[in-house]
Amino acid sequence: MPELISTIVAKYNYWIYITLMMIGLYAMIAKNNLVKKIVGMSIFQTAIILFYVSIGAKRGATIPILEHGHGSSHITHAVDYINPLPHVLMLTAIVVAVATLGVALALAVKVYNQYNTLEEDEILTQMREK
Amino acid sequence: MIWQLDLAILTLVVIAGIGAITVKDLLGAAILFGAYSFMMCLLWSIMGAVDVSFTEASVGAGASTVFFVAAVFRTTRRTKD
Repeated sequence: MPELISTIVAKYNYWIYITLMMIGLYAMIAKNNLVKKIVGMSIFQTAIILFYVSIGAKRGATIPILEHGHGSSHITHAVDYINPLPHVLMLTAIVVAVATLGVALALAVKVYNQYNTLEEDEILTQMREK
Repeated sequence: MIWQLDLAILTLVVIAGIGAITVKDLLGAAILFGAYSFMMCLLWSIMGAVDVSFTEASVGAGASTVFFVAAVFRTTRRTKD
């Protein structure tokens, strides 16, 4: 039992990422307002990005920038630096997330102009009446 | 990585996320989502991902909040949940 508790506490950041991901999933599924659903989608995306960035983090390492990068060639110890590969991948994911957000909000504005509401149930009743 | 700071800001991130989806006003939800993005940017600075951090500060906390506020301005602030 103490080993189980220490395992859970030592990996606290992963538990919090899963909590954030479930908050986003709940908002996407259960919320009635379209803008709230879009907020949930963004929370879900940032939770996944946070998970990937935390994989690259190391204890006792410095940020991945070379001091004296120009000049003569020298040997670098990769263990002293945080792994920059997840950072580069997640930089792309952030840009894609903003593009998705813009398209989703533009669609929400079009839906509002058509039905004059952002609530999902009111939109569905108006669609059934037609 | 300083774990006390990490844990404190992760707690604030969860609080801001729950607040953004429960508040009964869409403009408030947009501003709370901006706060959430800014906390996320601090978290990435703590983890040493400085490039991701300043991209998030400009794109996530800046442009996303502006998009949300513009969308709320063109539609309505009213929400039922």
